Amino acid sequence: MAEQTSPPTAHHVGRAQLLVCAGTGCVSGRSLKVREALLEEIDKRGLKDEVKIVATGCQGFCAQGPIMIFQPDGIFYQKLKPEDVPLLVEEHLIKGRPVEKFMYVPSAGEPPIPKLSDIDFFNKQRLIVLRNRGLIDPEKIDEYIGREGYQALAKVLASMTPEEVIDEMTRSGLRGRGGAGFPTGVKWGFTRKAPGDDKCIICNADEGDPGAFMDRSIIESDPFSVLEGMAIGAYAIGASHGYVYIREEYPLAMERLHIAIDQAREYGLLGEDIFGCGLNFDISVFRGAGAFVCGEETSLISSLEGRMPEPRVRPPFPAQSGVWNMPTNINNVETWANVPVIMRRGAEWFSSIGTDTSKGTKVFSVVGNVNNTGLVEVPMGTTLREIVFGIGGGIPNGRKFKAVQTGGPSGGCIPASLLDLTIDYERLGEVGSIMGSGGLIVMDERTCMVDVARYFLEFLVDESCGKCTPCREGVAQMHGILERICAGQGRDDDIEMLIELAEYVKDSSLCALGGTAPNPVLSTLKYFRDEYTAHIADGKCPAGVCKALIQYSISADACKGCTKCARVCPVGAITGAKKQPHTLDRSKCIKCGACYESCSFDAVLVE
Amino acid sequence: MPKIRPEDLEAIAMRMRRQAKLRDGTARARVTVHMGTCGIAAGARKIMTALMSAMEEQGVDDVTLTTSGCAGLCSREPMMTVEIQGEAPVKYVNLDENKTRVIFTEHVLGGNIVADYALGVGSERVA
Repeated sequence: MAEQTSPPTAHHVGRAQLLVCAGTGCVSGRSLKVREALLEEIDKRGLKDEVKIVATGCQGFCAQGPIMIFQPDGIFYQKLKPEDVPLLVEEHLIKGRPVEKFMYVPSAGEPPIPKLSDIDFFNKQRLIVLRNRGLIDPEKIDEYIGREGYQALAKVLASMTPEEVIDEMTRSGLRGRGGAGFPTGVKWGFTRKAPGDDKCIICNADEGDPGAFMDRSIIESDPFSVLEGMAIGAYAIGASHGYVYIREEYPLAMERLHIAIDQAREYGLLGEDIFGCGLNFDISVFRGAGAFVCGEETSLISSLEGRMPEPRVRPPFPAQSGVWNMPTNINNVETWANVPVIMRRGAEWFSSIGTDTSKGTKVFSVVGNVNNTGLVEVPMGTTLREIVFGIGGGIPNGRKFKAVQTGGPSGGCIPASLLDLTIDYERLGEVGSIMGSGGLIVMDERTCMVDVARYFLEFLVDESCGKCTPCREGVAQMHGILERICAGQGRDDDIEMLIELAEYVKDSSLCALGGTAPNPVLSTLKYFRDEYTAHIADGKCPAGVCKALIQYSISADACKGCTKCARVCPVGAITGAKKQPHTLDRSKCIKCGACYESCSFDAVLVE
Repeated sequence: MPKIRPEDLEAIAMRMRRQAKLRDGTARARVTVHMGTCGIAAGARKIMTALMSAMEEQGVDDVTLTTSGCAGLCSREPMMTVEIQGEAPVKYVNLDENKTRVIFTEHVLGGNIVADYALGVGSERVA
């Protein structure tokens, strides 16, 4: 066996780690090909168990890319080509002699600013769907092609049968990113096999969860990835037409989508005889009015056909009878955007990322009481703690974390005790929430969980289409009870009644909107029941949110007399001289909380 | 634009890669303003306008000014990325028109990173 260049340290897996830069600069210099060559060579040499190959974020030496760092030696190799790999492995790994001609010495005196790969927000992310974010001009198809765009479609049309495409999708393990998580390949297979001369595919861009903006951002920053994914889907399923159902509230996304479709048509990547390979497929954009229920497939189809957006009983499933009774396959924006990468890099590669049951990555919009709000893409199996505290940078203003809400109005609240939960479809379901489309709302200690449940139910009362009684009446009744509890008029049997109604609404609603509507109530009851009890039995809102149950006062001991609260009070309820403790007149106070938010000394008390 | 065939992809990709690496000799630097809905709402259009007028006033013609989508860190918008030929890209955050003009003069024209306004250097890990 070859001698070791230096003893492996305890935390190293095996004796060496090869960190291949997968930053954009290096990737455009074919670093992924170098990585593949390394994997192959190391496998060939039987070094698989000793040497670990890791893809990293940008090392900041893009001009010398592709870069690879050899650990534990800490040697930088630069401008590597796949054909250099056998020599490198032979010399450095087997014979223990670093290869000088590939070496690079980073110059001293780098400017004192951090590397993106050292910033938690970026280095914990892994970009598949958002691979082109911030890099390409989304209004220029050439820039997309410059980053391997349309190579997947070319490969599929030239070398794969529709059945092979579906099989590849199934083996990749990709599951629907719209919420339910149904295996995409299986869904495609149903529509392909359904009898019918003409078939249809739809991209569901009717993103409706409060605080969610994944789909909007994908279309805004990389519309071509969705179009290419749909063209591949059309070929596999045998569809000649596709629709993008997008909400009117997304003007920029819609504009970029139109531009992208026009450019794709000019290049013959939409329309007749795509790539000269005989595929006929075109896409129209349908502007939805922004009803939440249209995220549900049968409602969306109904709306697309020009009728009221109301769900219908399934079966028949859209795969059998969808738009204008054609077999129809509906996937979410993020699902479609995954397709080209899977086809280009293969099912094995994709399924190596993620957990046993959930493969690939998931895009989340991280919002609420968190320092770094934004759009993040992480491998399935990442913990909530990593998202909230690593990527999200924790809770602002030194406050305590209370809960994270996933899955929008159909999801649930997950408490601090479950922060180490790894995210995948099953784990989230087990704790009473759902993956949903990827909205992730972080809540701090000043959030009242009863009020949160009330908020989501209010949203659902507005958005229920009213077709079936359990959802229309049941959710409204639940909302009424929550309003009463928040108003300080809770009754002893309210919690029992909420649970009873929840079960009834869940079991008997026509579609998923009603079927999941009780989740915000059930999950808050499960983890924060004491808050409900405090509202009902003690007449208190522990988080200090529900106006009917709280009183503000100013602590004479803590108040420094800075006058900030008196200045922000809209009704002049606070008086006091400079540098003297202030007082609050409760008869004037409207409990807006402005003083509470503004005080720098925690002198405004709420009880 | 004519219809393309699979074999045309590589030619387009090569041309774009040369441009992306700024090696075609026409541009010395590229400035990307991140213009997703979040960026625009935070004032990215003003940043774009400030850059355009700075380029016009100073007669700069070897800098490519371009737009892209959201860079992910919506809470720090408006953002832009400055990439000088042969160097790693630098991301700037929480921009306003004044900061933008300083960065344009110091970094884009002068070659010195404005550390006070920079978030970091480098790019993200893809796939």
